[in-house]
Amino acid sequence: MDISQLFYDLFFDYTLRTVALGSAILGIVSGALGSFAVLRKQSLLGDAISHAALPGIVIAFLLTRSREPAVLMLGALIAGWLATLFMLNVIRTTRIKDDSALGLVLSVFFGMGLMLLTFTQKLPDATQAGLDKFLFGQAATLLQSDVVTMAVIGTLAIVLLMTFWKEFKLITFDPEYAASLGYPVRFLDVLLTTLLVIAIVIGLQTVGVVLMSAMIVAPAAAARQWTDKLKNMIILGGLFGALAGVSGTLISGSAEKLPTGPVIVLCMSVIVLFSMLFATNRGLVWNWFRNLQNRRQLRAQAVLGDLNTLAMQHPNQERGHSSAVLRAMSTNPEGVSLALSQLKEQGYAQELSKDAWALTQAGLDEAGKNEEKEA
Amino acid sequence: MSAQIEIMLIASIVAVACTLPGVFLVLRRMAMMSDAISHTVLLGIVIAFFITKSLTSPLLLVGAALMGVITVSLVELLNRTRLVREDAAIGLVFPAIFSVAVILISRFAGDVHLDTDAVLLGELAFAPFNRFKLFGLDFGPEALYTTGGILALNLIFVIVFYKELKLATFDPALAAALGFLPTVIHYALMTLVSLTAVGSFDAVGSVLVVAFMIAPPAAAYLLTDRLSRMLVYSALIGVFSAVSGYWLAYFLDASIAGSMATMTGASFLISYLFAPERGLLAQARRRQNQRIEFALTMLTMHIANHTAAQEAEIENEVVHLNEHLKWTPQFAMEVVGIAERNDLVTQRNGVLTLTESGLRRASQEFNN
Repeated sequence: MDISQLFYDLFFDYTLRTVALGSAILGIVSGALGSFAVLRKQSLLGDAISHAALPGIVIAFLLTRSREPAVLMLGALIAGWLATLFMLNVIRTTRIKDDSALGLVLSVFFGMGLMLLTFTQKLPDATQAGLDKFLFGQAATLLQSDVVTMAVIGTLAIVLLMTFWKEFKLITFDPEYAASLGYPVRFLDVLLTTLLVIAIVIGLQTVGVVLMSAMIVAPAAAARQWTDKLKNMIILGGLFGALAGVSGTLISGSAEKLPTGPVIVLCMSVIVLFSMLFATNRGLVWNWFRNLQNRRQLRAQAVLGDLNTLAMQHPNQERGHSSAVLRAMSTNPEGVSLALSQLKEQGYAQELSKDAWALTQAGLDEAGKNEEKEA
Repeated sequence: MSAQIEIMLIASIVAVACTLPGVFLVLRRMAMMSDAISHTVLLGIVIAFFITKSLTSPLLLVGAALMGVITVSLVELLNRTRLVREDAAIGLVFPAIFSVAVILISRFAGDVHLDTDAVLLGELAFAPFNRFKLFGLDFGPEALYTTGGILALNLIFVIVFYKELKLATFDPALAAALGFLPTVIHYALMTLVSLTAVGSFDAVGSVLVVAFMIAPPAAAYLLTDRLSRMLVYSALIGVFSAVSGYWLAYFLDASIAGSMATMTGASFLISYLFAPERGLLAQARRRQNQRIEFALTMLTMHIANHTAAQEAEIENEVVHLNEHLKWTPQFAMEVVGIAERNDLVTQRNGVLTLTESGLRRASQEFNN
């Protein structure tokens, strides 16, 4: 299938358009709310919540016998929320640490969901078929009505996020200060966690409980590399999430037997990898380049200083100094010739005759400035 | 042996095999590593399967164990770049690896018995069908031997390296200073976790592996302060959860692995509520006792303060306590009752006086 056909389908093919739209919504909401989770050191909370949502989905079905996404989402929401509260209480009241509490809630709730799911499947009325798509997610089964539900809930979450923007920002970076100002920190904490649960629940049907945690952590982790501002991080996180969602849908739509959820997660991983390598300021490649430049700068400065010392020690010698002398003075003899050509380029040093180096007037001024700085 | 007993036996073996490394994961605050590893070993299995074209080859174990170590190394590598925190590193690594595995399975292994459901959820009910046969003789289900082998391995590791594990867990700096190589211990433990995950989840699924690795040790952690006891208690809790979980599944006609995971949660809940010192009830009782003890001291001091003075009659009347000590009337009555029973005060016409021991208690507090 060629690319143009794929893009044509993106707009005019019902399934592809629906799935892409759903994935984009999921990416935006989880990217935005995941940013808070990552900054609050709750990256794995998403993992626990998404697993914990499973029993909620099944119980909601058992109680209402309805497969309406809104009903199931409500069940997932309540279960995820209860699991989070239970976990936070265990951490607060015992010496069990957050990692164990997370793992405990995750495996036990998921096991419970599994038990209920298999129990439900053996009930006489077989209308429950399709509940297990929440396990691994089946983006291809998304309907337009599902996407509308996702959009409504997602918009609600984003609006709440913007309404309490200042408060959420404060409790994320300095909860003690927020408490001292009289903000209801406990309430805001619960509210923010609830929004996170909402973001997760939205994604369950598309990528499933197992991979949902990646959609919380990855966009935020990628966005974090590019910026130090919360607002930019959230916008970027949403963009990255949407980008991964749509491109994952397109790639999985372009070939047989490519499950959408895992492909979306892999697209997201590529974005994370790219960001970690090439992000300005924080990226590894960027950092490596900057270190290299710093090293070169320091090397040139050292030779500049050495040339200055020589000039002061031999005030009447106008013929310059050989690089051998400079090598002898330097702690890094191999770098001297590179440093000299660099200084020459910068106009600080001149080669009077073959291998006879001296500072220019600009070089002398620069060396003087450096000495002043050191003093 | 009936199939029922076989299933319970396999589950119990898995339970004990999982809790042994699980205790150290919980103590070393690396519990989520078990979740990550139990997912990523799938890729190891898939790759080894593509190489050997067999689902029973021991290479699958090797591949899975290697992938577990690779997971741990990748997490640490990400962590060391300081671009993301450790929890985020875990959350980035394992979904990516797991996704690769799922894609590989659905693309290339569609028609073999290797699907994500089986790996994640396991099917213990089928375990007795895979018999280990030698010379035409039936030696019981195969899973009994694989899980038994894993259990033996874990047991030997923990017993032989008990001292090293203990030191590296509770004081890694000292362990390093004494030359115990905590890094080696760390990776050995992670290899063990991967082996346990892959060896067990063929029978019980990775959810149950994680549940058995974390929930029983977490429950035992609330019951004791000794490492050796914690190991024993978690093994017992694991076996209890396995057996009771089986019967739960039997009565509900539901997933065995799911029911057992539920029971590990129930065990934890019991421990969380009723643990003798650290349980919620014990905590509440302790707080209540402290409240009463403090109130008794307050009462004796209050009376001692006012015995000599003229106002003794007014101040020490029971009905005035709520006013002077800011107690509710019921609480004042309760405290006075306890004080009388403990022979700290006596009451005459509603006026309280201190007894010998009440006086002693008050003066003790004054001197403090």
